Amino acid sequence: MAEYNIRVNGKNQTVDVDPSTPVLWVLRDHLDLVGTKFGCGIAQCGACTIHIDGVAMRSCITPISAIGDQKITTIEGLSQNADHAIQKAWLAHDVPQCGYCQAGQIMSASALLDENPTPSDDEIDAAMNGNICRCGTYTRIKKAIKTAANS
Amino acid sequence: MTKIKTQFKRRSFLKISAASGGGMLIGFSWLNGCAPAEDPGVAVPNEWFDINGYIKIGDTGMVTIYSPNPEIGQNVMTSMPMIVAEELDVPWENVVVEQAPLNTGFYQNQFAGGSLSIRLSWNALRMAGATGRRMLMEAAAKEWGLTVDQLTASDGMIKEINGDRVIGYGEVAGKAVGIEVPEEVDLKEIKDFKLIGSSKKNVEGKKIVTGKPLFGLDHKSDEMLVAMIEHPPAFGMKVKSFNEEEIKGMPGVTDAFIVDAALEEPARFDVNAFPQLIAIVGKTTWPLMQAKNALRAEWEEVGVLESSDIHAERIAQAFKTGEISESRRDGDADAAFEKATTVIERAYSSPFMAHNCMEPMNFYANVTEDSAEMIGPTQTPEALEASVAQLLSLPLENVTVNMTRIGGGFGRRLYPHFGVEAAAISRKVGGPIKLMYTREDDMTQGTYRPIYESRYKAGLDEDNNLIAFSVRGAGLPDGPVFPNRFPAGAIANYTAEKIKGDTNLSTGAWRAPRSHFTAGAEQSFLDEVAELAGKDPIEFRLELFDRAKNSPVGKKYDYDADRYAGVLELVKEKSNWGESKEGVYRGVAAYFCHSTYVAEVFDMVLENGEPKVQKVWCAVDCGIVINRDAAKNMIEGGVVDGIGHGMYSELTFENGASNQKNFDNYQLIRHSQAPKEIEVFFVENEIAPTGLGEPGLPPAVGALANALYKATGQRYYHSPFATADQGQKKMMG
Repeated sequence: MAEYNIRVNGKNQTVDVDPSTPVLWVLRDHLDLVGTKFGCGIAQCGACTIHIDGVAMRSCITPISAIGDQKITTIEGLSQNADHAIQKAWLAHDVPQCGYCQAGQIMSASALLDENPTPSDDEIDAAMNGNICRCGTYTRIKKAIKTAANS
Repeated sequence: MTKIKTQFKRRSFLKISAASGGGMLIGFSWLNGCAPAEDPGVAVPNEWFDINGYIKIGDTGMVTIYSPNPEIGQNVMTSMPMIVAEELDVPWENVVVEQAPLNTGFYQNQFAGGSLSIRLSWNALRMAGATGRRMLMEAAAKEWGLTVDQLTASDGMIKEINGDRVIGYGEVAGKAVGIEVPEEVDLKEIKDFKLIGSSKKNVEGKKIVTGKPLFGLDHKSDEMLVAMIEHPPAFGMKVKSFNEEEIKGMPGVTDAFIVDAALEEPARFDVNAFPQLIAIVGKTTWPLMQAKNALRAEWEEVGVLESSDIHAERIAQAFKTGEISESRRDGDADAAFEKATTVIERAYSSPFMAHNCMEPMNFYANVTEDSAEMIGPTQTPEALEASVAQLLSLPLENVTVNMTRIGGGFGRRLYPHFGVEAAAISRKVGGPIKLMYTREDDMTQGTYRPIYESRYKAGLDEDNNLIAFSVRGAGLPDGPVFPNRFPAGAIANYTAEKIKGDTNLSTGAWRAPRSHFTAGAEQSFLDEVAELAGKDPIEFRLELFDRAKNSPVGKKYDYDADRYAGVLELVKEKSNWGESKEGVYRGVAAYFCHSTYVAEVFDMVLENGEPKVQKVWCAVDCGIVINRDAAKNMIEGGVVDGIGHGMYSELTFENGASNQKNFDNYQLIRHSQAPKEIEVFFVENEIAPTGLGEPGLPPAVGALANALYKATGQRYYHSPFATADQGQKKMMG
């Protein structure tokens, strides 16, 4: 076990966990931030996507020991009141079905727009291909990303 | 106006103590409390009045509507309350929605399966709303010394017809104590619907996009421990022992043991290949995952360790000697094939598949000496309640089941074994636990979509009329044939046989069971037959529907030829069928299952030589549409699911175990493989509504195969189309 001081959604947090603990489980089990989802545990589905210093990362394979002073943002910290352009676009297009993967989709999409405010279809596919939606809301997700890009 | 008998046991309004919401009915306020459906149109009430178990009205006019059925992404948590709100006639902005707990004494059909939620509850939901409206009107009439027919009630307000008096539902609800439940109430005329048929946003949309705790895996309680399991590594194996002491000594592990969740009298949904499991318990998840990796278990071989080769042999054997479980025979197909000028035979197959709900199986259980509290994602709360009661030898009323939002169903969560396992672990631990599967536990546990093969044969006469048709379908453990579905009734000489096979893999219902395969096979076959007959594929089908309608063959068949033809006509019009575009290849299919008719046209293009579905048109007849945009979303999802599983997904087996254990080698459709655009059109009618969770998927597999043929010149018979060998083996014996 080791103590880690991390910055999550603008707040300083201290956790005492095994160094190999993936950030996903630190968030879910120790910090009660359960918006970040467990889907596969091997970085293949994207349900656990968070931002580490603004970059979309898979928290299920990122050990807490690798975080250092990098800033973590989760779905809970993306905006104050669901008013991030991506969240608004998601609501406008009523994207979710079951909703389980959507936090990860939103985190990947918001990181994409931060880096590339006007992505092409191919660029959206490339950035989003790591996020599986089992319900098949891909068409709406793409529309929502474009709506957010144009807002 | 339609009159409907009410069925409520409650005699009158019950006044409820002051509170801000949630949990009035049966103490259910564990996770969410009241959440505004959209931005609330009225203030949060100080007092609530329980109308009838579906409706609770606050003194400010805010209305809580309880959604009875499990929410697996089919959006019933929005559409079911819309139906209640329509008949209650209250502004949607004033409505908040809560998930009802399992209450078999009050609600009916609290399950999510067979696309049945709306279809089975349509009348009950309308009645609940209409009864509430009527009782509020009676209260107002009493208050004003008038009769109910001197009043109108709409948009949450009751008005005097020949006067100026107006009272809001919230205000009058407090005066309604003692009003009797009417024996009969009037339902609205369909033409007067305001909410039904419009588009309302998912009531939990905002919570989903902000990551609020909604799902089973998000649930926590004080003192709760986390539990994980390890099941045998292969079907045909059973756990014998494991390095218990070593595992128990690992950091973060509080207990480890072998748990037996077997039921003496398994019911229909108690499918479970591995009732004995190794369970590991601790405070948090990661140490348990590490403990799972450190497990050294001894497994015992108790059955055949099956392989894909064995499955192929079993299917071949089933065609020779398998038990025929259902069949139909019209005319004499063998004689007609003899007479036919042209005969075509084709075989279609599809492998075992996993459901792969994005939220892995999990359940919370808190078992005490004389009770069990169950919270989590299940499509069949009633079956879970019964199975847990049986396991624990408790009376049903001592088991409570509360439903969380569910991260995907697809049939997987019809089977409550993971809830039963959670109860067994909680009993052993003596406290609350949340059981969670890893993805690997989930994908290798079974309850798979069966493996299928169907063999079709058609005979055309010299004028290219379809005079003979046969289909024989086998599967492990059961065949994929629906003998009385289309084209039964449309062909003079017709045979259909559904054939059983054998496997020790556990199998279960998978979104649109059997239909998803049959639609692909039959609709590709008919496409090939139409081409052989030199006919347009839509016209060819329409001729068959015409025949089924005007001179039906044999006993009753299971479809409405007019509605079937109707969706084809609509998709033909919307897609401009017949128009050709350079570099665009089109396929069409139509299918009827789960009481809903869907036709789809796919436009395929070649991108760097790779076929890709670019645009899809869907025409749907599900009767009355409840929540229009959400209904479209369901169909869109079905299309994507059909393309994904038709193109990419399969499980293969060696030594009793699947080779695919996670998403690194089990391929699910991804963003770049989905169509750019899907347009959905509904046939407008006043037929009672049917479901949409499943029917959008099956025709997609057929339209995909038919578009692939146009794009590549090759017919696709075996899924996954992207990787399977498409050759036709010698099949008819």
